[in-house]
Amino acid sequence: MNKDILICGVGGQGTVLASRIIAAAAMDEGYPVHSAETIGMAQRGGSVTSHVRIGGEAYSPLIPPGGADMLLAFEPGEAVRNLGRLRRDGTAVVNTTAVKPVTENLRQTGYDGSEMTAWLKGKRTCLFVNGEEACAPFGSAKFFNIIMLGVAAGSGHLGLKKETLLKQIEKCVPARFLDVNIRAFRAGIEIAGQEGAALKGEKTI
Amino acid sequence: MRQYVMGNGAIALGALSAGVRLVAGYPGTPSSEIIETISKVPHEGVWLEWSVNEKAALEVAAAAAYSGARAMVTMKQMGLNVASDPLMSVAYIGVKGGMVIVSADDPGPISSQTEQDTRRFADFCRIPVFDPASPEEGYEMIREAFEYSEKYGTPVLFRPTTRVCHAYAAIETPETFTPKAYDGFERDPARWVIFPRLSYLNHGKIEKRNEEIARDFSSFRFNTVEGKAAGKAVVTSGVSYAYVRECLKGQEDVRLIRIATAFPFPEEFMLKALEGVREVLCVEELSPYIEEQVLKTAGKHRLDLRVSGKLDGSVPQNGENSVEGCAGILERFLGRESEREQTDLNDAPALPVRPPVLCAGCPHRASFYAVKQAMKGRKAVFCGDIGCYTLGNAMPLDMVDTCLCMGAGITMAQGLSHMNPDTVCFAFTGDSTFFASGITGVVNAVYNEADIVLCVLDNSTTAMTGHQPHPGTGRNMTGHSVEKISIEKVLEVIGVKKILTVDPLNQAESVGAVRECAEGKGVRAIVFRSPCIALAKPEGKCAVDAGKCVNCRKCIREIGCPALTISAGRVSIDRNLCTGCGLCGSVCPTGAVVSGQ
Repeated sequence: MNKDILICGVGGQGTVLASRIIAAAAMDEGYPVHSAETIGMAQRGGSVTSHVRIGGEAYSPLIPPGGADMLLAFEPGEAVRNLGRLRRDGTAVVNTTAVKPVTENLRQTGYDGSEMTAWLKGKRTCLFVNGEEACAPFGSAKFFNIIMLGVAAGSGHLGLKKETLLKQIEKCVPARFLDVNIRAFRAGIEIAGQEGAALKGEKTI
Repeated sequence: MRQYVMGNGAIALGALSAGVRLVAGYPGTPSSEIIETISKVPHEGVWLEWSVNEKAALEVAAAAAYSGARAMVTMKQMGLNVASDPLMSVAYIGVKGGMVIVSADDPGPISSQTEQDTRRFADFCRIPVFDPASPEEGYEMIREAFEYSEKYGTPVLFRPTTRVCHAYAAIETPETFTPKAYDGFERDPARWVIFPRLSYLNHGKIEKRNEEIARDFSSFRFNTVEGKAAGKAVVTSGVSYAYVRECLKGQEDVRLIRIATAFPFPEEFMLKALEGVREVLCVEELSPYIEEQVLKTAGKHRLDLRVSGKLDGSVPQNGENSVEGCAGILERFLGRESEREQTDLNDAPALPVRPPVLCAGCPHRASFYAVKQAMKGRKAVFCGDIGCYTLGNAMPLDMVDTCLCMGAGITMAQGLSHMNPDTVCFAFTGDSTFFASGITGVVNAVYNEADIVLCVLDNSTTAMTGHQPHPGTGRNMTGHSVEKISIEKVLEVIGVKKILTVDPLNQAESVGAVRECAEGKGVRAIVFRSPCIALAKPEGKCAVDAGKCVNCRKCIREIGCPALTISAGRVSIDRNLCTGCGLCGSVCPTGAVVSGQ
């Protein structure tokens, strides 16, 4: 299997942990894996990306444009920013809840992500996740990265088994947060099921 | 043992497997995780330290290598500027144990002030340099670097770039590491004491030795040739090699030459690799170093060769390379039509701009805001420095007028004070930066009677690079608790007469301290002390009392905290981001912020 997965979002959303879990799960399933992260100043609220390349045919640490099989976008604007790296027949999982930049509060442009979501619908197959609603039962946006992993796993497009992902989540998160993370992962899988059903019949490429 | 590690982790484990005995460095993106990796794996028998700066680290390591032990120093490329004084000299003296200086370059630049090229430094100080293209190579090549260093008795440079440092791959390592045995320092003043006569003699030897190393490098296993066809060749290095390979995907109609040792340049290897080649494209990042060497080789041997690259504009002079960038460059060079899909994304809506900002609750925001408030209506200038607090430049704080290099805030404020006597000159420095290169600046200011206000923003860590300890934190890399070196006491013994310590989250007290220090002569210092929010547990969160909030938005306009947002036309506080610092409460004219929720 060769799979390129691009994870994008805003510094502080937990994209790095998500990419590490995917990479570890792929390794666990016996695939060669390479990945790359944004580290440094951009982590302070800037745009961040993680590239996970599963399979032996990857040389560059970064996924070339039009090369990603799957895009996990933790923020709708970041989904648009990175869509060029997703194949035309690739799948995007997109959080519809916007992270407004500080500049938005100072100089209002009305950015709330809805324009991004609307535009994305016509471009690629997208599974939309309302991050705010999805996080509500957990009382914190902290678990959103694990919910996104659940959606990705549930979509069937990640190419990795749910069990291997869960095993890596167990390894990566602190014991006292394990239970809530497992629930977050399952909630993600459920969202993927609902979204997947809604997508059938209105496939957009 | 198979491990999935970051490039920096691979370099660290490679050094451990090579039997390294001493590792020293100063944090700097993209190099910081090398020392952090070593600290997290068993490393009995290895002396590990975050040194106060890169110069100290390099000198500590050089002495270990004089003792016959294998030593490694780590830093980012600009750290090499700081360490260049001992580096130039130790290049003349040489070493006994292997000494590898890791200087991580940052094309882009992504997290740096310059796009300098460590390969040029290698050439400048006449020592070998190794250039890995992947984490796997990082692991393998650093082991070779130690071997070469010992074989030729010279320190060597090792220069990964950001995309190698921060890429991840699986590597095979031993279960445990055993540091290499060493003899200890043997007294030999004729060898270890640098004098003009010794430098003259060693200079001659070094140049001869470099010819030998160049020949040796001609059979170095990471200098490679792929593709059989003659005519056209691509010469590349580092991560650009990975990008070019990704584009060519094993096409045999172009020769792919990769140079992993830019200096001393493996000329014999290059001559052989260029046999039958008429056109060469050089794809590299930062400076056109290899391109110049290819041109030099072509001139020296009168090769009928057309060389393109950065020098003729075929490859961009600045910024980092990418697969897509390389694809376009290769298409033009090979005269191929683009097979890439036309984009269907031209009609994308305008994207939000996301400049990096100080975190919600960051105490630096409060420090800057206090100075700004106290100086309202006064002529003042704000000299910034390197660290998270460089982000004090962002709107609406807008509190950084200059930023140059580590420690320069203090000394630039002095220069400004001498030339602009009607201006209150402020110097901002972080706690780690203060110890790294700020202290000498304060000595200079006191000695030369500069009138400045020094603001030490002490958040008890080296935050930007990932929270490394420093002399003021009371911890070092041995895991021991050590005595904290007090910034106030250091200032006091230097002769700073006025030293105030405040909690920046107490705005009234902070503004008062700044007003007090704005008056008078000489160096006046304020230590703003409050821990980084990544280290301190938040004590409750703030909320907006909708009954009291008049929606004037002064909080948003003045402090720009990411936790302050507007939802449904009203100011609200994002509970996921708020740390309960209460700065917005100090700004609010109607007392509408409730804290401790």
